[in-house]
Amino acid sequence: MSEHVAPPVLSTRKFSLWYGSHQAVIEVDLDIAERQITAIIGPSGCGKSTLIRAFNRLNDLIPGVRTAGQILFRGEPLYGRGVDPVEVRRRIGMVFQKPNPFPKSVFENVAFGLRINGFRGDLKAKVEEALARAALLDEVKGDLHRKTGYDLSGGQQQRLCIARALAVDPEVLLMDEPCSALDPIATAKIEDLIRELASSVTVVIVTHNMQQAARVSDYTAFMLLGELVECGPTRELFTRPKDSRTEAYITGRFG
Amino acid sequence: MATPSRSLPRAARGRSRRERLATWGLTLAGLLAVAITLTIIALFVHGSLPFLRTVPLGEFLGGTRWAPIHEPAGYGILPLIGATLVTTGIALGVAVPLGLLAAVFLSAYAPSPVRRVLKPALELLAGVPTVVYGFFALRFVTPLLQGFIPSLGFWNGLSAGLVMGVMIIPYMASLSEDVLYAVPRSLWEGAYALGATRFEAVTRVVIPAALSGIGAAFILALTRAVGETMIVALAAGRTPTWPPDPRQPLLTLTTAIVNIATGDHEATAFIWSAVFAIGLLLFLTTLVLNTVSYLVIQRFREKYA
Repeated sequence: MSEHVAPPVLSTRKFSLWYGSHQAVIEVDLDIAERQITAIIGPSGCGKSTLIRAFNRLNDLIPGVRTAGQILFRGEPLYGRGVDPVEVRRRIGMVFQKPNPFPKSVFENVAFGLRINGFRGDLKAKVEEALARAALLDEVKGDLHRKTGYDLSGGQQQRLCIARALAVDPEVLLMDEPCSALDPIATAKIEDLIRELASSVTVVIVTHNMQQAARVSDYTAFMLLGELVECGPTRELFTRPKDSRTEAYITGRFG
Repeated sequence: MATPSRSLPRAARGRSRRERLATWGLTLAGLLAVAITLTIIALFVHGSLPFLRTVPLGEFLGGTRWAPIHEPAGYGILPLIGATLVTTGIALGVAVPLGLLAAVFLSAYAPSPVRRVLKPALELLAGVPTVVYGFFALRFVTPLLQGFIPSLGFWNGLSAGLVMGVMIIPYMASLSEDVLYAVPRSLWEGAYALGATRFEAVTRVVIPAALSGIGAAFILALTRAVGETMIVALAAGRTPTWPPDPRQPLLTLTTAIVNIATGDHEATAFIWSAVFAIGLLLFLTTLVLNTVSYLVIQRFREKYA
């Protein structure tokens, strides 16, 4: 990849991950470019979600998970000795497949990350800024304390989760199929939002929807059976795939 | 073409009758519990009427001397209520923090093999007969505490309350653990993904989300404590004192009933009526405490899904 000169924010080096005896990710080498949108696509069970959850060490919470190889975050080994996963997760935020707002007010949802990280400053301004970045502020402005996350529509809930993640100013935002539970209109809003976010934050998005990857991402990685088959600029990957398996997948012959 | 069909097939007669029978039967079963409760209340009200007609309500509820079989008789219930509140308060002071901590440990910290062993072991505590607890309080806890508190009586509210607290830990812990464990994984992950530690995730997201269930556990524990009889009868003594002092013998509402029912004095119809009045008050106390706890919980609960 010669188009970007900046060093990658995240890069995996022969990274493998096992759930017990099942190897879900097999020796993946992948670079995530700064302030770009990287989509990871592939059929169900290809290891794409597992890989993205390795980026913020969320897999650590699952008993029996083992890793090999490395993931470098700004050149430092993410799984190195003495690295605190809690600190990692503060710097690498995540949005999940199903919106998971906390059963608190809209305000407290967004303030949560700030509060636990000992934010000093204008909490209200910071919360509103995050909501604005997630294109939700206008819709909830009058109800910040009155409505809970569950009073919002599905699409709003997901944008609330994005605002919540953005509030702590993460360097990377991981999105694990963020639109799979949403209708097309809500999906379109989130996709627009993702494009806007890329000016300030690095985005890695996992999706099973190839059109979505083609619409929003700068780079696309295709995974199959735990392996990274191919990665490149999105346009290139979709128009001139180098690997026959990629071609078969994007032309809809399986998956 | 076949003959025109008879519109829709008719439901088999027997089947719909069974369905109606089932509906009625189940409704009856549901109403039965309510009916029994209402009957109990009615009986208690009826039973306590002779007493309530004779003793002015002000003397009953406001009096500080309870001596129904003495001459002159005193019918003030405050010593009994005070004693019940003291032992209940001590018991909850033990059971609520310990039970909640145990629940948090089991649901969020214990590896699953540990949880599988520890949870039933904890629930076993609830199966120990209360008479054993009472004896334990009287013959073990009280002498132990007397080492620290010389003024502690042979019978006292403190050790009865403490042991009662141990008895109701499982009610608090087991039910709380169930609801904490049922908080969706996605809420945990949401908290973790924002850089929360396990402790922060538990205290700030998981416990608030489970609060209504924890409140139910609290109410159950409270009710058990207010109604507990054997432990206080054995370890707290039977002396109505005012104001209640946890270091001294106490007479709770429940033991006052035991006292009259098992005493060797001649129990007149009037004294039995007093028992009904205490029972009614015990029932109302529980009801009020339950309702207040319920309202408090409704106010603070965080509803998910």
